[in-house]
Amino acid sequence: MDVLFLSRLQFAAATMFHFLFVPLTLGLSILMAVMETKYASTGDETYLKMTKFWGKLFLINFALGVVTGITLEFQFGTNWSRYSEFVGDIFGSLLAIEATAAFFLESTLIGVWIFGWKKLSAKAHAFVMWLIAIASTLSAVWILIANSWMQHPVGYVMRNGRAELESLSEIIFQRWAILEFVHTASGAYVLSAFFVMGISAYHLLKKQNVEFFARSFKIAVVFGFIFSVIVAGEGHMHGADLAEKQPTKLAAMESHWETESSAPIYMFVIPDEKNEKNLVEFLPIPGMLSMLANHDMNSEVKGLKDFPADERPPVLINFISFRLMVGLGTLFILVTAVGLLLRNRLTDYPLYLKIMLFSIPLPYIANQAGWILAEVGRQPWIVYGLMKTSDAVSPVQTPQVFTSFVAFLVVYGLLGAIGFYLIVKNAKKGPDAINA
Amino acid sequence: MDLQNIWFFLWGLLWAVYFISDGFDFGVGTLLPFLAKNDEEKRVMYNSMGPLWDGNEVWLITAGGVTFAAFPQVYAVMFSSLYSALMLILFALILRGVSFEFRHQIESPGWKKIWDSCMFIGSVLPAILFGAAFANIFRGIPIDGEGIYHGTLLTLLNPYGLLGGVLFLCFFLVHGSIWLAIKSEGDLHERAKAAASKLWIVLLAAAVVFLIASYFATNLYANYLASPALFLVIIVTVLALLGIRFYLSKGALWKAWFSSAVTIIGATFYGVIGLFPNMFPSSMDAAFSLTAYNASSSQLTLKIMLVVALIFVPIVLIYQIWAYNLFKDKVGSEGYDKVY
Repeated sequence: MDVLFLSRLQFAAATMFHFLFVPLTLGLSILMAVMETKYASTGDETYLKMTKFWGKLFLINFALGVVTGITLEFQFGTNWSRYSEFVGDIFGSLLAIEATAAFFLESTLIGVWIFGWKKLSAKAHAFVMWLIAIASTLSAVWILIANSWMQHPVGYVMRNGRAELESLSEIIFQRWAILEFVHTASGAYVLSAFFVMGISAYHLLKKQNVEFFARSFKIAVVFGFIFSVIVAGEGHMHGADLAEKQPTKLAAMESHWETESSAPIYMFVIPDEKNEKNLVEFLPIPGMLSMLANHDMNSEVKGLKDFPADERPPVLINFISFRLMVGLGTLFILVTAVGLLLRNRLTDYPLYLKIMLFSIPLPYIANQAGWILAEVGRQPWIVYGLMKTSDAVSPVQTPQVFTSFVAFLVVYGLLGAIGFYLIVKNAKKGPDAINA
Repeated sequence: MDLQNIWFFLWGLLWAVYFISDGFDFGVGTLLPFLAKNDEEKRVMYNSMGPLWDGNEVWLITAGGVTFAAFPQVYAVMFSSLYSALMLILFALILRGVSFEFRHQIESPGWKKIWDSCMFIGSVLPAILFGAAFANIFRGIPIDGEGIYHGTLLTLLNPYGLLGGVLFLCFFLVHGSIWLAIKSEGDLHERAKAAASKLWIVLLAAAVVFLIASYFATNLYANYLASPALFLVIIVTVLALLGIRFYLSKGALWKAWFSSAVTIIGATFYGVIGLFPNMFPSSMDAAFSLTAYNASSSQLTLKIMLVVALIFVPIVLIYQIWAYNLFKDKVGSEGYDKVY
């Protein structure tokens, strides 16, 4: 194993682990702000209890999200120093803006929120929660603008052997960034809704605190349905963007080898990367891929074989990730739609509640699959079309990276296990253990 | 002043603010096994940092982000050269961060002991490593013209580097013990005050040795000798250092704490001014050194980022001061419960 491979593994482990916690922070903060606002405006103690119960789970998750986020920023310097020199002008600025304009607010106010129950009025305390929710979403905006620039670099000029800033507004407002933000945030909101629905279902099944968890479920199911629809519909808009801006990712995720007109989508495919073909292609939907890519059933879609072999991403992993994400996304619309219909008599449908309980991991899988597709699908580029990942790695020693990678696995593995244990333990205990 | 100069000093300022804010957290965390005699006192120590530590840590992220944005080459070469040291800092900060949230989740002495150890390691290690890293930067790092590091983690553990580590640890111990004295009552309060006075003597000794050692181990004094007015910075820093002792003996704890903050800012600028315009000097050949001029971003980026900083840093300061003010009283006082 060389520095490049180890650094890629390490970055993948660190980012994927970090993104186990980020989506819940993004979504649950909004749900908590809604609950606390209801408390502040009605004085109904159940809403206060709800805020505190979900808040307890939120804080464990938040702590893990924060501590794993710091390592990401510094890893660009430690492991990807050539990349950092090349893009610092643009990418570094976006990270710096994220810290000053968003993350500061979130981190300062979380302390005020935790400690400030008696220092602030109910309304002011709820307002702090809103600011935390807004700041964490703003934080996501800036990070995703930075990632979008890696996916589709704009607003730069090549000068002094590096990418220098030419137009910040072009970078911030590019279509890719807006789509990526809406997609990622919606996916995060769906995950949070399923988290709340699943834990509520557990208690509703046991007929504990029925009123409390029925209310929590109802808030979450509306939220979950809305964003399941948005994430799918908006994800669909990505297809056309990919065809134009990252055709290799589109071809890889569909395992599409030959350039053809009115390209179909096969419902069942087994890719054979070695021989640059598919072993099995079954049940075609004629013209569907052309339709997705170009809004025209008869249009031409470029196949992988028309790209140089050293500019193609791996096929199988992207192919599987894409199908997982889309399949699960469709399922989310279905189950939340059913939930909307049943929302006022949930306890009469134990089977549905059971399904919801066991659905908690699914949006986590969908979120991770989406990121795998985004990042592995961009390979071999670190900045699409501009810089290859292999040229981006730091001139450091293999044993250093090997040691840090093992340390990441051990520390993150332990923290993940502890975090999971604590969240499950507190979730099972229910709201009675909380002193309101 | 051109943009590179402005950013160079802003860069120094961000590090200084990080050291005065998270610095007292490191001090309190390091003192945890020594000053607290029971769980209640430990909780006071945790809660003295509880509402503020997270916001403090973002100054590090901002200092890192600004290095990335304004001086990409420094960011790239500094963090890849100091790979192992930085990884140790990051893992330490991870352990410290989760300790706050995890420790109080389970009522078991063994469980709490784990997180107390993490809090201690997560505080003492960054304190020493930041000091060692900066001292080594003052001294020069073995990097070649390609920004490739010719050394190991042990290269950083030379006497001057270690001295820097000890000095930083002393700064933070004094800073943290005064903070704890402000935040606590009874025995713990008395112990924290006594510790501050004793540690101050160690700090004074470390500072004097460091000032002298810097003359022999680094080029820091060249800028001072070229413009002797700069010695004022050192004089003010030393006065602030003496002020800590003066205010401690009068029992004026907040004033002592602010003196300590001024001392840390002064000490940071002592180094930053001495370095100028170097940011990451090479010990192999001065031509390989990264400076504010040869390692900066484009003028456009520096300009835009300056506007961003001038707008947002004051806003951040306003709400952080508001948060500090909200929790300025002792832990356990009206409305300031022991959450952790």
